[in-house]
Amino acid sequence: MKYYDKLIFELSKEGRKGYTLPANGWETSLDELPEGLGRKAAPALPQVSEPDVVRHYTNLSQMNFGVDSGFYPLGSCTMKYNPRISEEIASMQDFAGLHPLQPASSVQGVLRLYKELSEALSAITGMAEFTLNPFAGAHGELTGLMIMRSYHIARGDYGRTRIIVPDSAHGTNPASAAVCGLEVVQVKSRADGLVDVEDLRPLLDETVAGIMMTNPNTLGLFEKDIKEIASLVHGCGGLLYYDGANMNPLLGVVRPGDMGFDVMHLNLHKTFSTPHGGGGPGAGPVGVAAHLVPYLPVPRIVADEDGQLGLDDDSADACGRISGFMGNFGVLLRAYAYILMLGRQNVRMAGPLAVLGANYIKESLRDCYRLPISSVCKHEFVFDGLADQESGVTTLDVAKRLLDYGFHAPTIYFPLLFHQSIMIEPTETESKETLDSFIEVMRKIAAESASEPELVKSAPHSSPVGRLDEVRAARQPVLTYRDYIDCSVK
Amino acid sequence: MAFAYFPHTDEDIRSMLGRIGVKDLGELYSDVPEDVVYREEYGLKDAMSELEVRRYFSRLAAENRKMLSLCGLGAYDHYSPSVVASVVSRGEFLTAYTPYQPEVSQGTLRYIFEFQSMISELTGMDCANASMYDGPTSAAEAMLMTLASTKKKKRILLSEGLLPQVIEVVRTYAGYHGVETGMISCDGGQTSLDCMKESLAAGDVAGVLVPGINRYGIIEELDDFAEAVHACKGLFVMYSDPSSLAVLRTPGDWGADIVCGDAQSLGIPLCFGGPYVGFLACRKEFVRKMPGRIVGATEDVDGKRAFVLTLQAREQHIRREKATSNICSNQSLMALYVTVYMSLMGPSGLREVNELSYGGAHYLHDTLISTGLFSDAFSKPFLKEFTLRTSVPVEKLQKALEEIGVFGAVQVGESLVNFCVTEKVCREELDKVTEHIRRTFAVSPQNF
Amino acid sequence: MAKTIEGLRYSESHEWVKVEGNIAVIGITDFAQKAMGAISYVDMPDVDDELSCGEEFGAVESVKAASDLYSPVSGVVVEVNEELCDAPELLNSDAFGNWIIKVEISDPSEVEELMDAAAYIELCNKA
Repeated sequence: MKYYDKLIFELSKEGRKGYTLPANGWETSLDELPEGLGRKAAPALPQVSEPDVVRHYTNLSQMNFGVDSGFYPLGSCTMKYNPRISEEIASMQDFAGLHPLQPASSVQGVLRLYKELSEALSAITGMAEFTLNPFAGAHGELTGLMIMRSYHIARGDYGRTRIIVPDSAHGTNPASAAVCGLEVVQVKSRADGLVDVEDLRPLLDETVAGIMMTNPNTLGLFEKDIKEIASLVHGCGGLLYYDGANMNPLLGVVRPGDMGFDVMHLNLHKTFSTPHGGGGPGAGPVGVAAHLVPYLPVPRIVADEDGQLGLDDDSADACGRISGFMGNFGVLLRAYAYILMLGRQNVRMAGPLAVLGANYIKESLRDCYRLPISSVCKHEFVFDGLADQESGVTTLDVAKRLLDYGFHAPTIYFPLLFHQSIMIEPTETESKETLDSFIEVMRKIAAESASEPELVKSAPHSSPVGRLDEVRAARQPVLTYRDYIDCSVK
Repeated sequence: MAFAYFPHTDEDIRSMLGRIGVKDLGELYSDVPEDVVYREEYGLKDAMSELEVRRYFSRLAAENRKMLSLCGLGAYDHYSPSVVASVVSRGEFLTAYTPYQPEVSQGTLRYIFEFQSMISELTGMDCANASMYDGPTSAAEAMLMTLASTKKKKRILLSEGLLPQVIEVVRTYAGYHGVETGMISCDGGQTSLDCMKESLAAGDVAGVLVPGINRYGIIEELDDFAEAVHACKGLFVMYSDPSSLAVLRTPGDWGADIVCGDAQSLGIPLCFGGPYVGFLACRKEFVRKMPGRIVGATEDVDGKRAFVLTLQAREQHIRREKATSNICSNQSLMALYVTVYMSLMGPSGLREVNELSYGGAHYLHDTLISTGLFSDAFSKPFLKEFTLRTSVPVEKLQKALEEIGVFGAVQVGESLVNFCVTEKVCREELDKVTEHIRRTFAVSPQNF
Repeated sequence: MAKTIEGLRYSESHEWVKVEGNIAVIGITDFAQKAMGAISYVDMPDVDDELSCGEEFGAVESVKAASDLYSPVSGVVVEVNEELCDAPELLNSDAFGNWIIKVEISDPSEVEELMDAAAYIELCNKA
C-alpha cells in the first residue's frame, strides 16, 4: 500500500465541476423563494472534475485492506469471501428503481423475496418467523428486546424489567438492553469459560425479562448447559435471546430454535456473506418462536387468500416500527443470492469447515501463544498474548506486526475476561494454504518478539501510516475539514 | 463435493483433522449435546449455479413493475452519476470491515472524514458522525441524545409535520426507553409555534424535533423556534433533507443544536427503501453525547497526517449499558456513496439539481391545478414536493396514473395527495401525466 | 506505586475529598489516573446541580476506557474546574493537585464514613 495524502477538499478549485445535467428549461427560479428561507452562502463543498474524483477515491481505496486483499481473521466478525454474483443481483435496475411506497401489486417480486428469505432463515434457525426490517446486529438486538418486553406487557406481566447478560457478552448486548429501558444484570463465567449456572440460578425471579446469550460464546465455546439454562429461564417466566453474531459455526449443524431460544437475530453480513462495506450497511433480521410472532415489528408481509402479498402497517400487538421502510433491501437481495448458491447441500459444510479452520490454527500456535482455554473451539478462539511474556511485546504489537506481513489483525483486547486477548476467526472460505501462511507468520512474530522485540513494538513498518496518536485525536478533536484548517492556522 | 467458495479438498480436510487430532468433522462438535444437533434435511432449495441464480432473480424482478416515481415522502429519485456506483463497488471499500486498524484503513477513514465535513457544511453544524442506519432511526437517536445532554428530563416533543415513519420510529424508541412523547400540531400546513410554546410550558422537555421540509412538502418557517426551546433549557433538533440544504437556510441558521435525517436524497437509488444512510450532526458542545462512530484527524509516529476513529469512550464496546446508544456499525458504504456524489456535484451541481426539481415540481403543480381537478392545499412555499387537494377519488386518481406507469398521488390526508418531481423527470413526461388525468377525469369529477 | 496524601479522605470508587469549611473539594486519586492512562476528557456537572452521596456526577475518559465519577458526599455543586475542559491531562500530571468539583456539604457525617489514607492504600493493594 502506498501513502496518499490528499483530501477531496484539497483538490478543489473555484469553477471546476464534475457533473453534467440537462439545461434548465423551466421558467421558474429558486430566487422566488420568500426572503429568509434561502441559504445565505453556498456550502463549501469541493469543486472538482470527474477524473479528479475517480483518481482520488481510487487512491483512497488503495490504502484500505479488505477481504478481497487478504486474510481477515477478525474474531466475532466472520469475514468471509463476498460473492460477486450477489453484487450484480443487488444492482439490477429492476430492483434498484423501486420506490418503497409503491402499491403492493407493483412489487410482488420484492415481497416474495421477503417471504422466501424469511422462510429460508426459519429453516436454517428453527424459528417460526422472521422480520427482515432491522438494519444491523445491534438493531436486531434492540428489536428482539422490544418484542420480549411487548410479550410480557401483553400478558399483564409488567414487572419484568431486568435482563441477564453474561460477562463475556458483546458490548452491544448491555447497550441494547439499556436503550430498551431494561436493567442489566451480569452473570459470571466459570473458569472453563462457560456461563456459571450456579451463579445464574439465584438471579432468576419474576423481575427477569430474559437472558441474552451468544452460543458459541465470545470465547468460541459451545454453552453445553444451554438446555438447562433454557429450562431455568423459562421456569421463571423469562425468555431466551440468541445473539446470532456467532451463528456461523452452527450453520448446517445446530438450530437456535432447537436449543430453546425464543428470539434471535442474524447478522446477514457475517453468516450470509454480504459485504461489510467498511462498517455497513448490514442487516439484522430477527426471528421468533411461534408464541412471539404477534409482537414482530411493522410493516410486515401478509398474504391474502389468492396468494397476493401485501404490507401490513398496523397490527395491535406489534412492538412498533423500527425502520423507515422495510430494512436494507439491497442487503437482503445479496444474502438470498448467497443462500440460493449454498442450497440445502452446501449449507451442511459451512459451519464445520469454519470450525475446522479455527481449531487448526489454535492447535498450530498453542505452543507460541498462551491458550487459557484449550478445549475444542467452534468458529473462533482466544489467545491471551504471547506464551513468552518476557520481551514485553503486547497483543497490540503482535496485531500491528501482522499488518506488515499482509494480514489483517485479529480482534484484540476482547473479550474482556483476559488482559491480552487475541481473538481469531478464520471462516470456511479460507484455504489450508492461507491458514498455513498465517500460522507461519504468527510463529515468526513470536520468534521476533524474543529476538528483536523493538521491531515488533514499533510495527507496522510497511503500511501507509505508522501507529497513530490517538490521545491527541481524542483530546483535541478535529472532526471536519473546517476544523482542520482552523487548527492548522493556529 | 466441492463448492466454489469453500477451497478445501478432501486431502486438506484430512490433514487438518490430523493436526487437530480428531478423526472427523463431527468430532469437532463433540461438546454439543446430541439432542440439539439437527439431523434432518434443511428446508432449502437445491444449490443453484450462478446461471440459475441469475435466472431466478430475473423472474423475481419481472414480477415487479418499475414506475416513473412522482412520489417523495422520504425516498427521492435523484440522478446519480456513473462514477458513484463504480467507485463504491471497489473491493477495497466493499469488503473492508470497520476501520479498527487505522494503519491499513486510511481509505475508509478519510472518506468518512470527508463525509462528516460535507454533512457539517450542508447543515451548518460543527460536526457530524460517520452515519446512522436511516433517517427515522437517526431521529430516534437524536432524541435519545437530547435526553443524555439535558440531565434528568423525561419528555420530548415532535412536530406532526414530520413524516409518519419518523414519528412512529421515534415513538417506538421513546416508549421502551421510558420517555414521554408530546405532539405539536400543524396549523395551515406549518408546525405551530404557539402549540410548541404551550407544550414547552408544561416543563420537563429535553428536546423538540421539527422538520425542515414537512410531510406536505412545505418549507417550514422557523423564526423564534430555537429561542423558545432554549428558553426552557431544551435542545432544538431539526429533521432535514440534505440535498435541499444546498439552497435552503441551514438548520444552524435556524438555531438548531442537532440535525438528523436521511441522506438518501444525495443520489442513493430508491431500492425499495434501503440501504439508505441516516446522518447526525450537532454543535460541538454536544459531540461527547453523540452516538455512533466519529473519525478525527491526527498524526502518526512520523508526523504524517492520518485519521482514526475517535471519542470512542462514548461507544457501546467501552461503555456497555452506559453508552448513549447501542449502535455499533454505520452505513459506511452508503456514506461513501453520498460523499462521492457530493464531490462530483459540488455546490453548483447541488444547486442545479434543486433548480431543476423546483422548476419541474412547480410546473406540475401549476398544470395540475389548471385541470380544475386540483387546488392548492396550503399555498405555502415548497421545493420539489407538494400537496394538492383533489376533487376526484384518490384511489381512482392513483389507478389512472398506474395505467401510464406513474407512481404518485399518495394520500397524505383527506382528499390530499403528494407529488414530487426531481431533475430526472422531463417536461414531456409531466405533460403526459396531466394530459392523462385531464382526459380520464375531465367530463365531471363527481361522476367518479 | 500510586501516591496518596495524608489528611485527605478517600472513596471506594477512587475519589479524594479535601474538606475546607463546609466545602468538599473532590478529585480522582493518583491510583485512578494511572489505571485510566492518558485522560482525554472530563465530563463535569453544572454548578448548582444537587448531588446525593454515591450519585454519579460525571466521568473521566481515556482513548479506550471510561470511568464514572461518584460523589463521595451529598450537597450542591458550587464550582467546577474549567481548566480541565481544555487540559484534561492535568489529572495525569498531578491528580491531587487538580480538583474536579467543589460541593457544599449538606451532611458532614458522610465525610466521616470515607477512608483515610492508610485504609485507601490497603484497598489499592488488594486491587
